[in-house]
Amino acid sequence: MEWDWNFVWQIMPTLIQGVKITILATLLGSVLAAIVGLGIALARRSPNKALSRTVGFLAEFIRGTPLLVQLYFIFYVLPDIGILLPPLVAGVIGLGLHYGTYTAEVYRAGIDNVPRGQWEAAKACNLSAGQTWTHIIIPQAIPPMIPALANYFIAMFKETPLLSAITVLELMNQAKSVANTYYRYIEPITLVGAFFLVISLFSVVLLRWLERRYGKIER
Amino acid sequence: MTQWSGYFGLILQGALVTIELTLMGSVLALFMAFLAGMGRLSRFFILRALATAYIEFFRGTSIFVQLFWAYFVLPFIGISLTPLQAGVLALGLNVGAYAAEVVRGAIQSIGREQYEACTALNLGRWQGMRHVILPQALLVMLPTFGNNAIELLKATAVVSLISLADLTFQAQVVRSQTGNTMVPFTTILFIYFILALLISWGVRSLERRMARGLDGVRV
Repeated sequence: MEWDWNFVWQIMPTLIQGVKITILATLLGSVLAAIVGLGIALARRSPNKALSRTVGFLAEFIRGTPLLVQLYFIFYVLPDIGILLPPLVAGVIGLGLHYGTYTAEVYRAGIDNVPRGQWEAAKACNLSAGQTWTHIIIPQAIPPMIPALANYFIAMFKETPLLSAITVLELMNQAKSVANTYYRYIEPITLVGAFFLVISLFSVVLLRWLERRYGKIER
Repeated sequence: MTQWSGYFGLILQGALVTIELTLMGSVLALFMAFLAGMGRLSRFFILRALATAYIEFFRGTSIFVQLFWAYFVLPFIGISLTPLQAGVLALGLNVGAYAAEVVRGAIQSIGREQYEACTALNLGRWQGMRHVILPQALLVMLPTFGNNAIELLKATAVVSLISLADLTFQAQVVRSQTGNTMVPFTTILFIYFILALLISWGVRSLERRMARGLDGVRV
């Protein structure tokens, strides 16, 4: 079977529809992962042993099991206990939770990298815990984290095709439905690969820039 | 209650397929990692270019798309793969690309003085690599290889979508036959988690064994 450019142009609008959903899911998932990760990182630092142990185990569990199964769990099991989610919402929650456990490690490293002296200085200046976090620790901890966080968001972007398994109409699902309609697999699946490669290569350029901009820690 | 034991048998069969895939995929990934990782450090431009192209391509597109490409597109150009072959191929090549960067990083992390010592002892390029550099670099690679193996284990869930009867696939079978979603999915989540724990435990004990001969050298 030969590569057919006419067919490519014919299916392009459908695939572009899918790309939009893919990007939307990545953006929403990234925001959720950033928030969930911060929550996990803070909970694990909590002096309350029960809280930090439980959250630590849960994070370990989520990181050790496949995203696909977690998506199935959110989409098919939660309705049994009365929580019915639209596919895209379920997908974003799955992505956000899964990658939240990874970004939590980035936050942990970032917070640990703030020198001890900063904590002591904050205490010496009589700042409260909240003031210490918002004015001293977070502003110094965030910039060095940005490249590592972006790295995980790119990884998340590459996992979005899994959402097609829970019927989200993103790029992969559009390609599969096109392929099943015309029974031509070469063009749709190859185009999906090409889309991902192009967007990934662009994001690598962006990542290098972020590394140059924020990666260096001045001491 | 008797029927549950039969369904549990199905899940166990799935677990065997998952383990088989993880092992075979890891072997291929390890082979590709050393091939491409050393290729990137080669003296010859063409080898470096080939290795870089392989790594960037497989890291830049999603495992899901690669798997579908291997299973649905390759038959059209005359290469028919069974689901198992396609799964091992896609998983091994994908994770191999990530692990290749680990190999490169670990080899580059070995200090200059070690290379100079090789030259001083009149060892050839391969002799130095085999007896001096690799034994030290392997220890640096091992923890990350462990993480890569867990990533591979988690990625095997995707092969259920090309109708290979792994854990996730069998859980779907049990779900459609019993109408119960909670039990099969919770069971497989725990099986995946236990497998992931086994991998990290195995890698840690391997690391201790390999570190034995290198006391006081580094790390």
